[in-house]
Amino acid sequence: MYIIIGLGKVGQLLTKYLADEGHDVVVIDTNPQKVDSVVNIYDVMGICGNGANFDILQSAEVERADAVISVTTSDELNILAGLIAHKEGAKSVIARVRNPDYSSQQSYIREELGFDMIVNPEQAAADEITRMIMFPPAAKVDTFVKGKVELIELKIDKKVKLHDVILSQLSKVTKANVLICAVCRQEEVYIPDGSFVLKKGDHIFVTGLHKDLTRFCLDTGFMSAKIKNVSIVGGSKITYYLIKQLAVLGIKTKVIENNHQRCIDLSQKMPYSVVIEGDGSDKDVLLEEGVQLSDAIVTLTGMDEQNIILGLMAKTLGVKKAIAKVNHISASNFIDQLDVDNIVDPKSIVASQIIGYLRSKFSLDEKSSVVTLHKVVNEQVEALEFVVNENTKNLGKPLSEIQMKKNILIGGILRDYKLIIPKGQDTLEVGDRVIIIAYNIILNKLNDIFKDGYYE
Amino acid sequence: MNRRMILYILGKMLEIEGILMILPLLTGIIYHENATICYLITAIICMAIGFLISHKKPKKQNIYAKEGFLICALAWILLSIFGAIPLWMSGEIPHYIDALFEIVSGFTTTGSSILTEIETLSRCNLFWRSFSHWVGGMGILVFVVAFLPDVSGSTMHILKAEMPGPIVGKMVSKVKMNAQLLYKIYAFLTAAEVILLVLGGLPFFDSLLNAFATAGTGGFAIKNASIAAYDSAYVDGVITAFMILFGVNFNLYYFVVIGKVSQLFRSEELRCYLAIIAASAIMITINIANLYSSIFEAFRYAIFMVGSIITTTGFVTADYGQWPMFSQIILILLMFIGACAGSTGGGMKVSRIMIYAKTCVSEFKRMIHPHSVVSVEFEGSHISDSSLRNVFVYLAVYFFILFISILLISLNNFDFATTFSSVVTCMNNIGPGLNICGPVGNFSTFSDFSKIVLCFDMLAGRLELFPLLMLFSRSLWKK
Repeated sequence: MYIIIGLGKVGQLLTKYLADEGHDVVVIDTNPQKVDSVVNIYDVMGICGNGANFDILQSAEVERADAVISVTTSDELNILAGLIAHKEGAKSVIARVRNPDYSSQQSYIREELGFDMIVNPEQAAADEITRMIMFPPAAKVDTFVKGKVELIELKIDKKVKLHDVILSQLSKVTKANVLICAVCRQEEVYIPDGSFVLKKGDHIFVTGLHKDLTRFCLDTGFMSAKIKNVSIVGGSKITYYLIKQLAVLGIKTKVIENNHQRCIDLSQKMPYSVVIEGDGSDKDVLLEEGVQLSDAIVTLTGMDEQNIILGLMAKTLGVKKAIAKVNHISASNFIDQLDVDNIVDPKSIVASQIIGYLRSKFSLDEKSSVVTLHKVVNEQVEALEFVVNENTKNLGKPLSEIQMKKNILIGGILRDYKLIIPKGQDTLEVGDRVIIIAYNIILNKLNDIFKDGYYE
Repeated sequence: MNRRMILYILGKMLEIEGILMILPLLTGIIYHENATICYLITAIICMAIGFLISHKKPKKQNIYAKEGFLICALAWILLSIFGAIPLWMSGEIPHYIDALFEIVSGFTTTGSSILTEIETLSRCNLFWRSFSHWVGGMGILVFVVAFLPDVSGSTMHILKAEMPGPIVGKMVSKVKMNAQLLYKIYAFLTAAEVILLVLGGLPFFDSLLNAFATAGTGGFAIKNASIAAYDSAYVDGVITAFMILFGVNFNLYYFVVIGKVSQLFRSEELRCYLAIIAASAIMITINIANLYSSIFEAFRYAIFMVGSIITTTGFVTADYGQWPMFSQIILILLMFIGACAGSTGGGMKVSRIMIYAKTCVSEFKRMIHPHSVVSVEFEGSHISDSSLRNVFVYLAVYFFILFISILLISLNNFDFATTFSSVVTCMNNIGPGLNICGPVGNFSTFSDFSKIVLCFDMLAGRLELFPLLMLFSRSLWKK
């Protein structure tokens, strides 16, 4: 049984994921309308009240809970609710703490106060934006095996030499050691085999090591020059984390923010960034500051529409890459059709972080459970990382002889720090880390991928 | 509007009805009765139609509030139309309208009958009549949601439409588990009553059927003289206790199941319900004491009738038509109040009455102190303005339907007490009224048109008015 406190964007998304997976879910929020609407849509129980209130948590039977996830707008309330839940015997406690002032004490909260996981959507979004900036052609970058293996989403357009290529002939175009593991064509998702033909407009999902993916992008014409300076519109919490991370990578940043006090705060905290007070939606301000000369623009204002429009405007001015943050409009195909290169959606990043954690914690076969989980292609496809252990079936058997369920693909095997792009003669060995791509199927452990009755 | 999903659920409901008819079928086989074949034929028809319209599961399974209301209303109408077939086909109730009235009265747990001679009915028909109370008491759709493996997801709207009471809560997080839990508690209490009645010396068949009628708070008896036929203080006592138990919100029994008994009496509604029962029983006892040999005998009949009327069961042990007017009026008032929300009983529900009272008090305060801010609290939480509006609209609609029905029934040219009480008793799902339709009378002399009006009233009362009225809304049917 899971308890979700706070029905904001993240809370609702988590409720949807967990309820759709068939778990018992109790949601707590102070707003009766929100509780009502969630209870009407999803098969969950709703309690109206303050989630950090002892009686309310008692009535949600917190002592039986497998996990208490506190994602209200208040950090302090989340921590208090988590503390009570931990003390009352909830098996695991997850809280959202987003104030940068507390970010340095994350490990203290985890280790000393008994929290299992602290999520920070802004930090996670900043991480994701950093990855995107390091990998300019990709629409989305997810990482596995502590960042060693990457899964990137690329869109095939005119200048890319991939359209009308049969996948089995891919080696003629590029010698890079990568695998195309999913293709999205006009809302339809395909898990491709060798005979699959790529078309213009397809979104492809490719796994590989960073250097192989870079080579793949160069060979096929995705890649252009590296990004050296970035303009950021909007001085939000994400901006704070992002500037820090980009500074470490040696990328120059320029922030445009129209609130005077925020500008002062930012310039005090981030002396290595240029802070400009001005209205980011004003074209003249952008031109004056030479936004058109920067390699990438990141729009992080509080309004989705403004972020998207600014991204589009920057593209017409000649900026190579535009990244827009979207909070309310879910990243749908509609936005994909626009000329904005990347959409960052903090709530879904955090939600899939939490789901991945819960799956790995509560899977039956604990050793071979999910290590990492990413939801891609409008959340229809899951990419999961597992560790192969003694209990895994079909060890040492060539993959060509193993019967796997439909809509499942092994996207990569990492053995001794080398990535194997699986072919028919490859095998699974103990200690391997495997990346599985699954469409329309929920996997809790590695053995779920095999068809029943085909193991020794 | 998701028409395919509506059809799918209706189909599943018909299949379930077909399966439920196996029980009277078995009864018929055990007692070698001729009417048995009618149940076989109807069961096959139900299952065939149900299978035809629900064999393919629709892709889109969204059910919103209006689908929920519509499914609920149509399901109950279909349930009654098919449920009446065996009674009519067996020839024991020769007119279809009569059979329909009888089965609607069964499913809505009213217990009003058009039969003058109940005991001549074959046992399988008697069984089906009483069993319909049991099915209708907790709700056929709750049954569908609880026991069909592939109906789940956003079914809360269906339950909300079918479950009685102004606020429908859940006991556990999953709708399916919730529905199963309700039926488990329901079945357990019913079984307990059967055992106690058998121990009291009643035949098993009688015990089972009377337990069905009590559990659903229905009131179909299997003797002409209702429960008075057994003339046993023990049987009266057991049935009184169980009638009152089935009139309690079933969510409260969940607290007992999980061992939090103290929560039980925190419920304002339960305390008020028990207080009304106690006060009415005492007043009636004093009022009728001189009619009976001892005060205890008077109390035995008084508490039975109070329990029977407030829970809207409608069993009778005494002809209250012979009681003083004061007692009769108390019973009429109890008819309106009804049982607790979330129970199997009908009526306006104690919780609504309490909300009306509290709102009136807070409105008076506002008149005296025009700038004061007063909120209406019930069961420890604030009642939102939208819930309040809904509760008051219910009252308005209730009286609207009541008066129109009285007008239509008056075409029979019966006396005032009969005309008035027949509508009140049907709308509140009680059973007996006064005079012609009183505890010793029945509805056989009403015209066919009146019977159809009363059928509508019974369904409207059971489904708490709104689902049935939605059928008349044009915007619901438009694409």
